[in-house]
Amino acid sequence: MSPPLLSLESLAARVPDGATVALPPDNSLCPVALVAALIRRGARQLHIVGVPVSGFATDLLIGAGCVARLTTSAATLGEAGFAPRFTAAMAAGTLAVTDATCPAMHTALQAAEKGVPFLPLRGLIGSDLLAARNDWKVIDNPFSEGPDPIVLIPALSPDVALIHAVAADRAGNVWVGRRRELATMAHAAKTTLVTVERVVDGDLLEDETMAPGVISSLYVSAVAVAERGAWPLGLSDLYAADQPAIDAYAQAARTEDGFRAWLAAHLLAPAARAAE
Amino acid sequence: MSPVTAEERLIAAVADLIVAPHPHPMRHAAVGAASPIPAHAVLLARHRGADIRLSLLQKRIGNPFTEGTRELFDLAGQGRIDLFFLGGAQIDGAANINLLGTGAPPGSEARMPGNFGAPFMYLVVPRTILFREEHSPRVLVRKVDYVSAPGTSPRGVFRRGHAEALVTGRCVFHFDPKRARFTLASLHPGQTRESVRAATGFDYDEPDEVPQTRPPSEEDLAALRGPIRAALADTYPRFCARAFGAQAA
Repeated sequence: MSPPLLSLESLAARVPDGATVALPPDNSLCPVALVAALIRRGARQLHIVGVPVSGFATDLLIGAGCVARLTTSAATLGEAGFAPRFTAAMAAGTLAVTDATCPAMHTALQAAEKGVPFLPLRGLIGSDLLAARNDWKVIDNPFSEGPDPIVLIPALSPDVALIHAVAADRAGNVWVGRRRELATMAHAAKTTLVTVERVVDGDLLEDETMAPGVISSLYVSAVAVAERGAWPLGLSDLYAADQPAIDAYAQAARTEDGFRAWLAAHLLAPAARAAE
Repeated sequence: MSPVTAEERLIAAVADLIVAPHPHPMRHAAVGAASPIPAHAVLLARHRGADIRLSLLQKRIGNPFTEGTRELFDLAGQGRIDLFFLGGAQIDGAANINLLGTGAPPGSEARMPGNFGAPFMYLVVPRTILFREEHSPRVLVRKVDYVSAPGTSPRGVFRRGHAEALVTGRCVFHFDPKRARFTLASLHPGQTRESVRAATGFDYDEPDEVPQTRPPSEEDLAALRGPIRAALADTYPRFCARAFGAQAA
């Protein structure tokens, strides 16, 4: 059974309130149009998971009041500076954050992908991060002759993974190109919802040059078309980030009112972008 | 040639550290989004003849990894990245770094983006250069409010290397992991032993003679403003505009 091709709003409706939602970082097929649709539908109490870090899309969700909890290795807008609504929420104490570190996020998803309860990870020992993470355990490496403490990271299986990719075929295979870490995110998640720039004819898995960058439809629950669906972020080699727009956001969203105005002007009316 | 900028001096200082003799070979450096000066320094070291591969994590077109940052951390876990750069909201006298936030509890005073890969990279990468432009008592503290990653580890904890140096906007410190202590290694122009001491919140050692940090050569500057800028402008557009001025028409 192929995943259905839905409207953007119908795709967003498939993310239930309270879900654990995995999002890629700003430079890796981040689904901003889908996140805007989640905000329009008034999603609440989401647990957002940064794979492995969080940026613009997560900041939007936090500012719009959709997020109860954030698990991430960092939240930042990169060269545009701090993520303003994340920073404001942390100052106000309104956001529960579970801090992590990038390789641990990948490791947790890889464990879920394999169907094993945990995987070991080097490093971390001696950090206050490890001290704060009661769910991470240190064991003595059973294969070592001498003492060798090593951290175990439990598997993480998000309820939903969200991706904006360049293309899907009509069978629901999704091409992510070199961003194959997103295949791991999809493999680990219970459901994966994908927006794409376009739907292409033919079967991506029958094309030997495309297939290595494909997430099989096996893992894809539904697809919607969202042209320039990463804006103002960039998408692979198709388009670069709109840095002036991100800078304007970083400036405006320092205040609650500025954030609301920016959101209303740029992302809350879905027709506005299409008309440009 | 127009005057040397502060950024160019820092790039040259970091490049000098990269090419300095070291027991661990320098084959592969990886640099992230927040590290334009280290990225330029690696390319400058390469321009001077060092045979170093640079993996730019944020490169949009032609990104070196086909499994994103997961591949970066897998590579580092194997020991296939020789040099990484780390900074921090706070760095203390034992080279502990804090990327999370200040105050008690950490983040209550100022919340920073977060740990990124530091708790892992600091222990698995053989060579680390600490870099932080702001050199003030609020950044260089006696003891960090939160340890994102420790400067040293007890015996028996897997660790491939330590910080070798800390480069700031005022000076270069070398780090001795056996003593968990910094030593002032060179002063940037306009700085004195006293000005560095006054701006540093942690105690450190000072040799009898402290040289000036070596400025970039004419050839360094030509490379930085020409081919190296061209190679990195797409990855660090804002930095390149600030450090090297407007692009020549």
